[in-house]
Formats: sequence, C-alpha cells, structure tokens
Amino acid sequence: MEYFAQQLINGVALGSIYGLIAIGYTMVYGIVGMINFAHGDIFMIGGFIALISFLIFVSIGLTAVPVILLLVLLVAMATTALYGWTIERIAYRPLRQSFRLAPMLSAIGMSFVLGNFAQVSQGAQVKPVPPIITGGLTLFESNNFAVQLSNVQIIVVVTTVVLLTIFSFIVARTRLGRDMRACAQDQTMAALLGVDTDRTISMTFVIGAALAAVAGVMYLLYYGVVDFYMGFIAGIKAFTAAVLGGIGSLPGAMLGGLAIGLIETFWSAYFSIEYKDVAAFSILIVVLIFMPTGILGRPEIEKV
Amino acid sequence: MATDTAAPISVRPTPALNVGFVFKRACISALIAFGMFALMIGVRTEAGGTSAQLVYWTRFEELAAIVAAVFVGSIVVELLRHRFRHFEPANLVPRALEGPLATIRRLIAPALLGFTVLIPVIFYDQRYVLDLSILVLTYVMLGWGLNVVVGLAGLLDLGYVAFYAVGAYSYALLATTFDLSFWICLPLAGILAAFWGVLLGFPVLRLRGDYLAIVTLAFGEIIRLILINWQTVTGGPNGITGIPRPTFFGIPFTAADDGFAAVFGIEFSATHRIIFLFYLILALALLTNWVTIRLRRLPIGRAWEALREDEIACRSLGINTTTTKLTAFAVGAMFGGFAGAFFATRQGFISPESFSFLESAFILAIVVLGGMGSQLGVALAAVAMIGGFELFRGLEQYRMLVFGMAMVLMMVWRPRGLVGHRDPTVFLQHKTAISSSLVKEGHG
Repeated sequence: MEYFAQQLINGVALGSIYGLIAIGYTMVYGIVGMINFAHGDIFMIGGFIALISFLIFVSIGLTAVPVILLLVLLVAMATTALYGWTIERIAYRPLRQSFRLAPMLSAIGMSFVLGNFAQVSQGAQVKPVPPIITGGLTLFESNNFAVQLSNVQIIVVVTTVVLLTIFSFIVARTRLGRDMRACAQDQTMAALLGVDTDRTISMTFVIGAALAAVAGVMYLLYYGVVDFYMGFIAGIKAFTAAVLGGIGSLPGAMLGGLAIGLIETFWSAYFSIEYKDVAAFSILIVVLIFMPTGILGRPEIEKV
Repeated sequence: MATDTAAPISVRPTPALNVGFVFKRACISALIAFGMFALMIGVRTEAGGTSAQLVYWTRFEELAAIVAAVFVGSIVVELLRHRFRHFEPANLVPRALEGPLATIRRLIAPALLGFTVLIPVIFYDQRYVLDLSILVLTYVMLGWGLNVVVGLAGLLDLGYVAFYAVGAYSYALLATTFDLSFWICLPLAGILAAFWGVLLGFPVLRLRGDYLAIVTLAFGEIIRLILINWQTVTGGPNGITGIPRPTFFGIPFTAADDGFAAVFGIEFSATHRIIFLFYLILALALLTNWVTIRLRRLPIGRAWEALREDEIACRSLGINTTTTKLTAFAVGAMFGGFAGAFFATRQGFISPESFSFLESAFILAIVVLGGMGSQLGVALAAVAMIGGFELFRGLEQYRMLVFGMAMVLMMVWRPRGLVGHRDPTVFLQHKTAISSSLVKEGHG
C-alpha cells in the first residue's frame, strides 16, 4: 500500500512532465493538423537552456533558489519560444498548403537538425547538475516504508497545475484563445472573419514551445541530467500521451500524459524496468483498438 | 490547391527592391538568431573533473559568426526572392518539347537498369563503389517495399524498419541456430515479416491518419526494445555475430578447394562475394519492383489505390477494406523482411542499433521524395539520399545536421518529390501522366 502510494506520487510527477510536452503536440495538431516531430527536441533544447542559464546565474552570485528557478524558467521559456516560432516560420509555413506528409517529413528533418545542433554545440555527453532542490516531506510511514513527497515533485506538480490554469484561461477567455479555437475549426473561415491566421498559428507554436521549455526545466530538476538524445524518447512518449488522450483535445493531452507517466512508473515498480516503454506503447495500441480516437478525442466525421 | 513549389505567400511582388525592408528583415533575423544561439552556442558546458561538477566557457566569436551569417543569409534570401518573384516552374517546359521529353523519360528507367547491371563490370576494382551500390540497392528495395504501404495503399507507416528487423533477426537466428542455408531462410524471413505485418495490421484497421502513424511508430519501437531487452534470444544490445555469409547456391566464397573460385577454375578474389551480393540485392529489388507493378494491375492493387483515393467510396463499392489493408501491410512487410535477411547476410553482424526510428524516417523520406507511388522516383530518391548522405561523410559530426537541413529544404522546395508525375495504372486509349498533386495520400 505504501509502496503503491509512493509510485503513485512518482507517476503523477513524471506524468505532469509528459503532459506539458503533450499539450504542445496536441495544440499544433489541433490547429494545423500536423505532427510536430521536432517538439520533443524543443523540449530538449529547453532543458539545455535551463542548464546553461542555471550555471550562469549561479556563477554571477545569485543564491536564492526561488529567484534562480524563476529566472531560469523565464529564460528557458523565452528562448525556446523563439525556437518554436522560427521553426514554424522556416520549415512548416511554406508547406501549409501542401499535402499531409510534407510538413511531417520537414518536421522529422527539423528534429534531426535540433538534436544534432545540441550535440554539436554542447557535446554528446550527458550533462549532470547537482541537485538544485533537495529535501521533501514524509507523508506517512508504516511497515518501515516511508512515503516521500520530495520538494521537486511538489514544484513539478504545482508548476504544471499553475501553468495549465493560465493556459486554459488563455484558450477559453482571451482573444488569442478564441482565434486559436476559430483557426482549429476552420482556417479559411477564420481568415475571412478577420482572424490573423498566420499570427495565431505562430503563437500556437510559441506557447507550445514555452510549455515544452517548462517541461525541460522540470525534467532537469527531477532527473538532474540533460543530454541531446532525450528529446526523441520524451517526444514520442508525449506524442503517445497526446494520442492516447485524443489528439486535439487539451484535457486529453494532460490525461494521456498522466496515464503514460503512471503506466511507466507502475510497470517499472511491479514488473520490469526494461519493458516500461513496451508497456506504455502496448497500452496505447490496446486503447486505440477500442477507442480509435483516443480517450477524449471526438470521432472524426467522415464526409463524402 | 496544393502547388508544387513553395510559393512565397507572404511576400507580395514589389516593383523595386525595397532596401530598407530587406535591411530591417535581416536585422530582425539576426536578432532572433542571437536570441536562439546566445546560450546554446555562446556558452559551452562540459562535465568537469569531478562527475557532478559542470564547467562552462564562452564562445563569443562563434556566436558572432553565426549571427553575422544569419544576417547575410537573410539578405541573400530576400534578394533571391526579389529576383525570382515571377518564377513559375510550370512554364519552364515549352509545349513543343513535351513530346521528346516524354520519350527521354521513358528511356530513363531502362538506361538506369542497364547501367546498374554493368556497375560490377565497370567498378570491379573499386570496393567502395560496390559497397555503396549495394547499400543504395538495399534502400531502393526498402523504398519500393514501403511504397506498397504508403504510396499505393496510402497507409502511413512510421515503423517500417520493424519488418526489416524481423527479417534480419529471422535470418540470423535461423541460420545460426538451425544451420539453415540462406535460400531456405530468405522466404522464411519474408513470411515471418509478412506475418508481423498482418499482426500490426489488425489493431490498426480502424485507425486513421495520425493515429495510424503513432501506432506504427510505437510498433517499431516495441520491436526494437524487445530486441534490446530479450537478451537470451537476441543477444541484447550486443546483437548477433557470426551470421553465415551467403554461398553461391551452396558453394562458399572461400579460397578453399570447394570454394567458388576453385570450382569455377578462376583466381580467388574477395570481390566475388561482393559482386554476388550486388546481383543478389539487384535481383531482390527487381523482384520487388516486378511484383509491385504486377500487383498494381491485379484487382488487389487497384483496390489499394482506390483505398488511398477514397475509403468510403471503396467500401460503398463492396471492396473489403480489411483484406485490402492487411495485404498491403503483409506485402510491404514481406519485402522489408527480404531486405532484412539480405542485410543480415551481408553484414554478418546485426544489432538493434541498425533498426532505429531514424531508418524508418529515412525510408519514408525516400518514398515521399520519390513522389509517393512512382517506382522510378523511389529509386532516384534512394540514390539521391544515400549519395547525399555519403557526400556529407566528410562533415563527420555535422553530417546529421546537414542531412536534416537538406530534408527540410527538399520538402520546402519540392514537397511533391523528385518525380512529380505518375503513370496511371489503367488507361483507356493512351497513357497520360498524372500530376502527383492530384493523387491523394490517403488517410490511413
């Protein structure tokens, strides 16, 4: 029971990170209907930026951890948003009117570019950072097993919840959110009614990238390492999460992220750590057999 | 409607070059580049002496160089755009030339085939060229195999490399465990891969579009992860070594008395085996091509193409979409399996590393670049991709970077692939080329 509770906590923390990345996938998919394969690598870039800016802030003498954390978060979000914007501009916008596979391959190419850019510019080794936030609290203890809730986990979950609240507010209440929903429904009609679709799509990429950067920072805090290859694995898992939840659905992405995080954690804890990804992918396939559009996805209406 | 070129949508044709505008754009580009690269290039991190300590140093010269390059690049791009603003590739070929061009087009394939057959004769002494040709032909075969699934049936498959892996491991395991010969293992590898294709096909029957894409991607990853972790059978990350080399229908390519050279009374040379491998993969690739072309004329092939164009119409006309999809997966997978078995016997060593998502993306890129469904296009794309990848070999660590950029540029420049037209499968009186922008890519 205690062990179960502990795994539940770990799974939720990991799932939050996946959920944050998955939102970027699902948003882009909802609005332009393409799989942004480079999104996982944007998350990786976010992790690197966080690491580098953290090192700089520490070396210029900042000591207050909350201040550093906030600054790192801001720098990472801003820089990564630039990446998202630029990539959309260079690799996706010229292909918007093209057929479905063209932007996807362009995205795969972009993913290679980003992954190798990080490798070339920062080296191929894994980069560890000393634990930035330590400590935690023991929730309860019995049978000699203490259920721990570490401060990092609290920060990860709280940040996720706060960002999701802001993000849902943006989508539901602001002009930008309304434009985004309009573009997702019908781009031509939205453009005719005076929505700047180019700008809206750019902003979608910017917001998605910023959320991925937050996920990158959280990943760095949680695992204490970044490497150039982490974008691929995290990317396909987050994409799996987005599809599991029903691609195009924002609550679905978060739900899918949590589901993937929990499956992975519980599988590692109770069965075998080697097959955790196999378990996650297999459950995706099984769920899709019974719910072909994911858990919260709306069934696609086929028209002749 | 989709166009073949990346139309500069946002740039209106201006009568004169607006210097201020160009300069402003370049400044903005440079500023953005600075924002993007200030930390990633300007600062280099490295794990220091003690493992938990990171050190960093600055590289402002490189940063300045990159930002300057972006500034200049932006100006050049703007100037080029200005220069070619009325550029319309559709008007490049005058009507009068279309007839002769079509003749040349028809001659390309036989000429290429003739040249390919002669490669071992021409480049007998150049081991590198032979090895490269074998590699290219392997990818041509894989491209043609995937073309059945993606190009003809319109099912987006991001995990094609799984079948390549199944074929390779089938051959490796059968040959090393049961001592079966290559010629027995080859069909078995194909059958096993086809079986896995059907196995993947079942769960994805109801899925469409990107759901199909992620399931095939997940399937590819599952296969790879199982190959890595099922150590007792697959040897884990170390792979399988000592896979038997191919024999000339039972005659080994060795210097021994019963070897190929001795039996045929010629001087022993290591090149014999390479040349045999070359013709083997050429035969396999041509088999793939021939079977695909034949299948396209059969009801099943037409059903594939009908499925790609419109699934609902397909069902309304009484086509069994279940068997249509499953056969497409099975046939595609079978060719992947053949190619895998060939790969295993050529390398003599296989490990899960050879079957990563990168390979799937590579093969898919070949198919899309080849114009989706065009047999000749796929072959040309394979030559271009592998050739290009080899050209970048000198760039070492920048190779993938350049490769990725080339992929993006290629898509932006020619999203419809190198061969922008297709031959119709059936025609009434005379064949006319169809622009590939008219061909649907299917929804899975």
